[in-house]
This record gives sequence, C-alpha cells and structure tokens, in this order.
Amino acid sequence: MQAQQKSVRDLKIGESGEIASLSDPEMALKLLEMGCIPGVMVKLNSRAPLGDPITIIVNDYTLSLRLDEAATILLKA
Amino acid sequence: MSEVLAPAPAPVSSSAPVGTARKVAKIALIGNPNSGKSSLFNHLTGLNQKVGNFPGVTVDKKTGITHLTPSLKAQVIDLPGTYSLYPKSLDEKVIIDLLHDKKGESYPDVLVITADASNLKRNLLLFTQLADLKIPAVLALNMMDVAEKHGVKIDLAELQQELGVPVIPVNARNGSGIAALKIVLSEQVEPPRSSFYEIPDDLLVMVRQIRYYFELSNDYLALHYAHQYSKLSFLSEDDKEYIGDLVKKYGFKSNTLQAAETISRYTSINTLLLDAMRVTKAENNEQFSNKVDQVLTHKVFGYLIFFGVLFLMFQAIFAWASYPMDLIDGGVASLNAWIHTLAEGPLVDLLTEGVLAGLGGVLIFIPQIALLFAFIAILEETGYMARVTFLMDKIMRKFGLNGKSVVPLISGVACAVPAIMATRTIESWKDRLITIFVTPLMSCSARLPIYAIMIGLVVPEKYFLGFLSLQGLVLMALYLIGFVAAIVSAAILKWVLKTKERSYFIMEFPTYKMPRWKNVGLTIVEKSKAFVFQAGKVILAISVILWVMSTYGPGNSIEQAEARATAELTTLNLEEADAEAHVAGQKLEASYAGKFGKFIEPAIRPLGYDWKVGIALLTSFAAREVFVGTISTIYSVGDAENEATVKEKLMAQKDASGQPFFTPARAFSLLIFYVFAMQCMSTLAVVYRETKGWKWPILQLVYMTGLAYVSAFIVFRLFS
Repeated sequence: MQAQQKSVRDLKIGESGEIASLSDPEMALKLLEMGCIPGVMVKLNSRAPLGDPITIIVNDYTLSLRLDEAATILLKA
Repeated sequence: MSEVLAPAPAPVSSSAPVGTARKVAKIALIGNPNSGKSSLFNHLTGLNQKVGNFPGVTVDKKTGITHLTPSLKAQVIDLPGTYSLYPKSLDEKVIIDLLHDKKGESYPDVLVITADASNLKRNLLLFTQLADLKIPAVLALNMMDVAEKHGVKIDLAELQQELGVPVIPVNARNGSGIAALKIVLSEQVEPPRSSFYEIPDDLLVMVRQIRYYFELSNDYLALHYAHQYSKLSFLSEDDKEYIGDLVKKYGFKSNTLQAAETISRYTSINTLLLDAMRVTKAENNEQFSNKVDQVLTHKVFGYLIFFGVLFLMFQAIFAWASYPMDLIDGGVASLNAWIHTLAEGPLVDLLTEGVLAGLGGVLIFIPQIALLFAFIAILEETGYMARVTFLMDKIMRKFGLNGKSVVPLISGVACAVPAIMATRTIESWKDRLITIFVTPLMSCSARLPIYAIMIGLVVPEKYFLGFLSLQGLVLMALYLIGFVAAIVSAAILKWVLKTKERSYFIMEFPTYKMPRWKNVGLTIVEKSKAFVFQAGKVILAISVILWVMSTYGPGNSIEQAEARATAELTTLNLEEADAEAHVAGQKLEASYAGKFGKFIEPAIRPLGYDWKVGIALLTSFAAREVFVGTISTIYSVGDAENEATVKEKLMAQKDASGQPFFTPARAFSLLIFYVFAMQCMSTLAVVYRETKGWKWPILQLVYMTGLAYVSAFIVFRLFS
C-alpha cells in the first residue's frame, strides 16, 4: 500500500530523505517545478508552532508547504 | 558602471535597435517570485510607472517607460512572478495569454528574464521554457553576491555559452549592472540559440498540425497550445474546439507530459550547470535566517512578536494617520470657506459641498493607505510576511481564510479601505475574495461615533466590580459581534464558493533581507495613486449624487420649507445656532433625501426607525460617521460637534404617542444595523477596484444589508 510508504510528512526535524515519487498527479506538477524531483534529497527544516505548515530544504533553498502537501512526497525506504 | 561587464553580448547583427525604428520597443520582465524582478522594474522605470489591468482578470498590469539610451525609449511591462509557463493561478495565466499571442498588442519584442543566482537551478526552469519559445531574451542574473556567500561560483562566460542568450549580472538592490543591461537591450537582441527540451517524436504529428494551423513559429509554442488551449483567452471557441479534438484524437495526456517535461528540463539544467557552476561549500548559509526563525516562529515569542507588529500597524492607521487626516479635512474646509468668500451661488455650492467635499473624502484615505502599505511593503521585503502566513495558516484555513488574511482583518478595525487593498498579498484568488468579502464586517473607526452616541443614549453609566464599565462592555460586544460575523461568513463562503483553481501553500520560504526603501516608497506611491484614480472616481460620483439629493428637492419645495421655517423662527425664539439648525433641518426634510427617507419608511418601520433615521441611513452611505451629522441636522441640533448636546436633543425626541423615541430597542436595533450594514461607498468602490467588476461589491452590499436588516429586526423585537 502506498499509504504505508514513508513521506516527507513523517520526517523528524533535521532528518533527510530521498524523494521516490509524488503521489498526487496534479500537485506533482507544482512540486516538480519547485525542484522536488525523484532522486533529490529533502530535509525537514522546521515546523510551524501549530505543527502545520512545515519548511523543508530542497536543492539548497527553503520551501514551505502544508502537511497534506508534504504527505504526497513519498520517500525511498 | 564600475561593475564588471558581462561577456560580450550575442552577435549584434545590425545597428538597428530593438523593434523597428518607428514604434517603441516592448520589453517584458519575467522571472520567479523573489528573483528581484520588481526591484529591477523599479530601477528601470523609477516613477514613470502606470498601473492598468490585464484584460479579464484582476491582476495589476504594471508598465513603465525606460530610457535605454538618452534618445531611445522602451516600454517595460512587469509580469507576475511565476515558477513556470504552466500557470497554477489566475495571476500566472496572464503570462501565457501575453506570450502565446504573437498578434497581441502587448506581445513583447524582448524578454528580460530575472534569475536568482543563489537559487539558479530552480530559476533556470522558467528560463529554459522561455528560451524554447524563441522570443529574443536576455538573462539578468541577480544576487550574485548572495550566491558567492553561499559558496556558489558561477562562470558567466560558460553560462552564457550554454544558455545561448546574453547573461548580464545585475544587483537589483543597489542598481549595479542595470547600465550594462540597458546597453544590451538598446541593441538587437537575438532569439535564444539553445534548446533545452526535445518534444517526444510521437507528439510531433499533433504538434505540427497545431503549429501549421495557427501559423506558429515553433513546435514548443504549438505544444503549449495543446496543453493550455482552454486557458488561452485569445483563442476563439472554434480554435479551442479544433485543438480539443486533436488532443482527444491523439490521446494527449497533459499532466503526465508536463511532469516528464519538467523532469527532463531539470536534467538538462543539471548537466549545463556542471560546467558553469561550482559549489565550494556543502552547507549554504541559511543559518542566519534559521536562527532568526527560531525566535520569530517560536511557539510563544513568534505570536507575541506578530501581535506586537499587528498592534503597531493598527496604531499607525488608527492613531498616527489621524494627524494628516485632520490636516486634509481642515484644508478642504478652509479651501471651501475661502471659495465662499469669493463667490456664492448654486454652482459654487456644487463645487465646494459637492465636488471638493467629495475630493476631500477621497484624499482623506491616503494617510491610512500610505501607512498601511509602508508596513506591508516592509513585511514583504524583509521576508517576514512569509512567516506570518506560516504562523497563522493552520488557524485561518479552518475558516476558508489564508494566513495572510490576518493583516487585512486587523487593519479593517481601523478602516476597510486600505485593508481591502492589502488583500493583494494573498495569492489564492478564492482566499483573497473571501477576505475582501468579510473584512468590512470588522467594526471600523467610522462606526465608533455612532456606537458612542447610541450607547450613551440607552446604556446607563454603571460599573461592575467598580471598574468594568457597562458602556465599555457593550462597545466591546459590538466589536466582537462584527469579528464573529466576519469569521462565520468566511466559513460559509468557503463552502459556497467553488473554484477550479486549486490552491497550494507550496512556496519559497525567503531568507531574511533588509528592505529596499526605494521599493517601499514606490509601493506607497503606487497604492495611493491606484486608490485615488480608480476607487476615487466612484467615491466622487456617489458623494456628488448624495449632496445633490440632500440639497435639492422636487419643484420649489426647498424654498418653501426655508420660508416656512424662517417664519416659524419668530415664534420659536431660539438661539442663533439652534435657529440655523432648525432651518437646515426643515430644508433637509423637503429635499430628495427627505423624500427618500419617507419613501423607505415602511421598509424600515419593522426595525423601529422612522423617516428621519431613513435620511441618515441614506446620507451615511457616504461614510458611516455622517450618520451623527445628519441626525443632528434633522433633529435641529445647533452644535453637532458636542456629543452631550446631540445626546440631550436625541433623548428629548418623542414618538407619535409622546414617549421617548430612542428607546433601548431602537438604539440597539440601530447599533446592530451599523455593525453589519455595508454603509460605506468607499469600501464598495475599493472592492470594485480590487475585484475589477460590480458583481462582488453588489453581492457584498446585498449580503451585509440583508444581515443588518434581519439582525436589527430581531433585536428590535427582543427589546421592545
């Protein structure tokens, strides 16, 4: 099941992972444009005080996104 | 000009400047958000800027004139920031409408593509798409200094070789490199030489059909037609059907192909940057920003600081702005008085009380707009606005609002006009619309005089526990009711409004920067100008109409009323001020406004109001605080400036059966009415300007008036 695969949502602060795939085809277009390409490393940088949204570091810049958006970025096990 | 010049520009074929000698060349600025595009635009055009509209959408079209050489002018157009040519928002859609329509009147001769050198990989995605459209282009490479600090070394000659266009290093902060950019632009710029994406062979049959049918100059443009034909507003229905049929026939999978294209472009970019860019440090230094964020987005301090900033903004538009506003008010009043010393007559009255007073009513907003936008520009420039969204997104999203909606909502407590203009910072059209719609429900400062008079009339000056004033509590309750109404309305709208546009939060989280004061200043000028010239027209027109209505009556009714009232004076034995007020009151009753009040009386009787209140409802449409003035005139209060006198007079008013007219039921009904009602033409005018049409202001007027009517009715019933 895809739902069990680890996503950016599950990262801990400071933890990194390698992007495996993007699960939402439409949102994928936006994420790809922002440089979230399969094979690229992402690091969870910070969480908003209420836990959502989060910021990640990808391609050497900081990107902010919501948790449900982060959940569509699946990581390699 | 001490700046190192870029490597020699692409071959100059002739000495002819861009475009033909006759017409002024059109330069379009395009680039990622935060790539320094707007700063570059400001450097190129200075104060020679004009804000217009892109047809059909609510996006401001900023154009300006620049002098490339002392004798060569060019028109510069600032396109919305975007990450790619596949638009994800309505704002970005104007870009393809402009670039894909070669026959369009705004079609640019040259593109200046801005890119952030410290984030080159992502910035080049848009560049490669634009380059494949083969429009003559120059790359303005910004923030080389930041890149260098991050340990990124860019070989400009190599980059220019790889990209196939002139690459000009610029610093949009201090303006260096701009002169070099102008020199390159003043000469013939060639279409890009390199291609960065190969259209898959199996698509070519379809792509070529589109290309030849529309006589397009290249395959990539034709491919874009296939992807976005439904979004291109310049295509006719037949054209769209033609492409639609082809797309169906060939089983064209737009999403999959777009994804594949983006991945393929990143692969090309990675390859070309292998030679042109060297990264010496592994970690870049976003550490500074991260450290600051540990405080500014902290669980406790983050919110404390944010509310501190909001409080300061609120102070600025509520308190600081009142000094220049008083000056404008006083200035218009003394100008009017001066004109009256020169000449008298109905035309002079029209000029002074009608036009100049209306003009004053427009200018009076400038201090608030200027101050609010000074704050907003600084918040945007420093990168703090992104943190505001970050802090507030989770809470505001529940109500269909956006993290950035907080700023307009709080500003709305001072005045809805600048607050609604401030919604521009919200990217999602739906979120922006909801914020615009509910902001006027926040109790603004113009409601305060009405609140004060009505509360003073019917709420006793009692204290709970020795310090909690009952009047103060009622006042606070009114503000709370307005706030709750705004939030609830937003939540309702969230469900009602359906948009095709999908809203994302995915955005670059900018590093902290010092604000560029030139940009702050230009923002203030631009916003003030936009308000005066676009919303101002509507305000001026309505205020002249309202003035005519309250000054003239059918036939010679006004003259008769004046004669009658003057005759009555001999028996009334009033003081001078009260005598004047008596005549004014009688004249107002005889005017069209008076007729209007009587005409709507049946409709407002269920709320407890009579025709006199009806007149005040009409005139206070100019601005809510006018209510107090009108009520004073109609009840013949000589000294309307003195709250105690007004209160005394109002208390003395009797209804038909000889009981006091302003009972608690009537007063509370009026209070609730003013909490909800859209009694402000300036707000309507600014919503008209922000939504570029009458649909939303009218819906807002109907909704808020309806809400006010029903609530006032219920309150009147409950209390009587």
